[in-house]
Amino acid sequence: MIRTQSKLGLDFEKVKQARTAAGNIAGQVQNFVDGYTTVATERTIARLLGIDGVTEDGVPYPNVVVDALKEAGLLGKGVMFVMGNAVCDTGKTPQQIAEAVGAGKYDLGKTPVAAADKRRSALQSYVDDSMNRIRTRRARREEYLRTIGEGPKPYLYVIVATGNIYEDVTQAQAAARQGADIIAVIRTTGQSLLDYVPYGATTEGFGGTMATQENFRIMRKALDEVGEEVGRYIRLCNYCSGLCMPEIAVMGALEGLDVMLNDALYGILFRDINMQRTLIDQYFSRVINGFAGVIINTGEDNYLTTADAVAEAHTVLASDFINEQLALLAGLPEEQMGLGHAFEMDPKLENGFLMELAQAQMLREIFPKAPLKYMPPTKFMTGNIFRGHLQDALFNMIGIWTHQGLQLLGMPTEAIHTPFMSDRYLSIENARYIFNNMKSIGEEMEFKEGGLIRRRAAEVLDKATALLQQMEKEGLFTALEKGIFADIKRPKNGGKGLQGVAEKQPDYENPFIQLMKKGA
Amino acid sequence: MSGGLYSTSHEEIDKTYDPKNIKPYGDTMNDGKTQLSFTLPVPCGDEAVEAAKQLLRKMGFENPQIVYYHELTEGFTFFNAYGSCTHTVDYTTIHVPKVESTVMSMEETDAFIKEHIGRKIVVVGASTGTDAHTVGIDAIMNMKGFAGHYGLERYEMIEAYNLGSQVPNEELIAKAIELDADAVLVSQTVTQKDVHIQNMTQMVEMLEAEGLRGKLIVCCGGPRITYELGKELGFDAGFGMNSYADDVASYLAQEIAKRMGK
Repeated sequence: MIRTQSKLGLDFEKVKQARTAAGNIAGQVQNFVDGYTTVATERTIARLLGIDGVTEDGVPYPNVVVDALKEAGLLGKGVMFVMGNAVCDTGKTPQQIAEAVGAGKYDLGKTPVAAADKRRSALQSYVDDSMNRIRTRRARREEYLRTIGEGPKPYLYVIVATGNIYEDVTQAQAAARQGADIIAVIRTTGQSLLDYVPYGATTEGFGGTMATQENFRIMRKALDEVGEEVGRYIRLCNYCSGLCMPEIAVMGALEGLDVMLNDALYGILFRDINMQRTLIDQYFSRVINGFAGVIINTGEDNYLTTADAVAEAHTVLASDFINEQLALLAGLPEEQMGLGHAFEMDPKLENGFLMELAQAQMLREIFPKAPLKYMPPTKFMTGNIFRGHLQDALFNMIGIWTHQGLQLLGMPTEAIHTPFMSDRYLSIENARYIFNNMKSIGEEMEFKEGGLIRRRAAEVLDKATALLQQMEKEGLFTALEKGIFADIKRPKNGGKGLQGVAEKQPDYENPFIQLMKKGA
Repeated sequence: MSGGLYSTSHEEIDKTYDPKNIKPYGDTMNDGKTQLSFTLPVPCGDEAVEAAKQLLRKMGFENPQIVYYHELTEGFTFFNAYGSCTHTVDYTTIHVPKVESTVMSMEETDAFIKEHIGRKIVVVGASTGTDAHTVGIDAIMNMKGFAGHYGLERYEMIEAYNLGSQVPNEELIAKAIELDADAVLVSQTVTQKDVHIQNMTQMVEMLEAEGLRGKLIVCCGGPRITYELGKELGFDAGFGMNSYADDVASYLAQEIAKRMGK
């Protein structure tokens, strides 16, 4: 690993200790995860076998199949087992079988069991087909990056949130022309709690737009068009968090999404999703994102919207370490880890900027290859849009100074409404002005030995290491029950989605994990 | 008329302060100077500037100035503008309904509850419906509070239950019954397409259907909430921008005491 000398005088022995503790914490989680599957995981496999579409009543066929499994007590056997048997039994495609199940004409619970090799070979062509589609999508992105290229880092990341995918397209293309590198289509309020993925193009949503495969396709096409026009590849971001993590990951992989919010801890804390369910879901979703070349974003920034940004900064670092280790276990390379943090200190704080700078530089040095995701101020944004624009400017200075990867642009109207077209323009102008005007400041400036900035970084690292070493003894589940992150406590058996978890039974298989972890 | 950006001439206006006819103040009484920015769905150019000026005149601005304009994307132009407002309002006749209680400190509120109510008061709060934002309810309820104002959890005489976000109205009501709550707080941050209005209306209807409306003090809060809006929707009070736990706690303590006839 190439590491220039630390500008902060960080103790890398301590970093190593923290990483070791996080590795052990992640390993304990993985031991648990390996023994279970979930309804969302199985629906993802159904999709990877080519099952798509909805019944007349609007129920997605992947749900039809997995609900039938669950009813027959076969969830722990998995879709590969049941569909393998059904294809051997009928000679039909998985899609045709799903439709027959939906029409009540075929009972997955009564299918005769075929030999393992017969089951596998019956499904092989569907498995290969999906793998190839995802490979082609990834190659397409790489081809664009080779030919038309991309904007410099930090990437300018803006959101669109009209609720109507066609209006989102207008907003997204405008933002790309103004200089945005990443367009995130905010999901409609409440989608994270749906245990299915809606179908088709959608034009109604509250505070955001439904994540559907068709909406992904529409936006991908629009961004390719505008990318060719502006001569820069425009990345598309969505959210595979909530109850459908791996399903949305696979839809994104099939439709060429580039960035995905993907963090179980976020769902546990802020959406009250059951921790067992979502950590199992997260594993498969990260395997898919890793294979598809998708940058994941983790949600540590949100901790500081409920907990104090000065007192709890070390929990952000600790969580980044854990997320890094969990991602590595899923085969996701460091270059795709958009580990999260945020500029959320009270603007009235004396020397707050210096502490923010210390923390951003610290994360840069601890995770040198990761395209860090840096969130703008939200908690202390007010109706004073003029001060808000200044808060965002200070945030942008740290972004360019410390080489952040994905700069989520703050809007002066953050506290008021989802962005107007003009808000986005003002934000992009703000960032481009600062990124250009201060371009090489990070190479020019060093931090005084024994000074406030170095001391702040050391303090946060010390506290994060101590926290991780304590969690190593107790495990992640207990830490979450105690409210270590974001001051929020969650019980191991509480929250939403636990009923969708099943222990793996003999004959259970998910071949995609192995295939995808082997890489492209 | 050509005032110009740097005109210092205000000869034509009456500079006497008249509370019956107030208008915006730039740097001279009654100059009416107002700053605006907006986007028009037209291509950038002279016609766009003229369109913006005409619109400003229709809004009641004299001497409209487009000081900056920029094409956001094809067919959309953004403007920064100034103008002199011709309209006035009569400040002497303004009446705004407000929470009618004295705002007390945490210690004073605790003392007030001990003296006038004689037991802890129970408050249940949540960000309800599809709203995923906890920032508002946390600012009011969490131990730490916000901007130096401690939250209800820190009050000695308040038993506070913060149920978090995306709580269905029925769940909040069930919890209020279970805890025999004195008051319920509903936080709404997302207001796109008036989703908060529908949700809050449903809350009041459900309380009425359960026969609970009169037994509970029901308050709403959020950046886009006003006292007036809360009242209109059938809440006892609404708390908007710049409200803190002190405001809510003082109101609850005094309202409960009042209802107890003390």
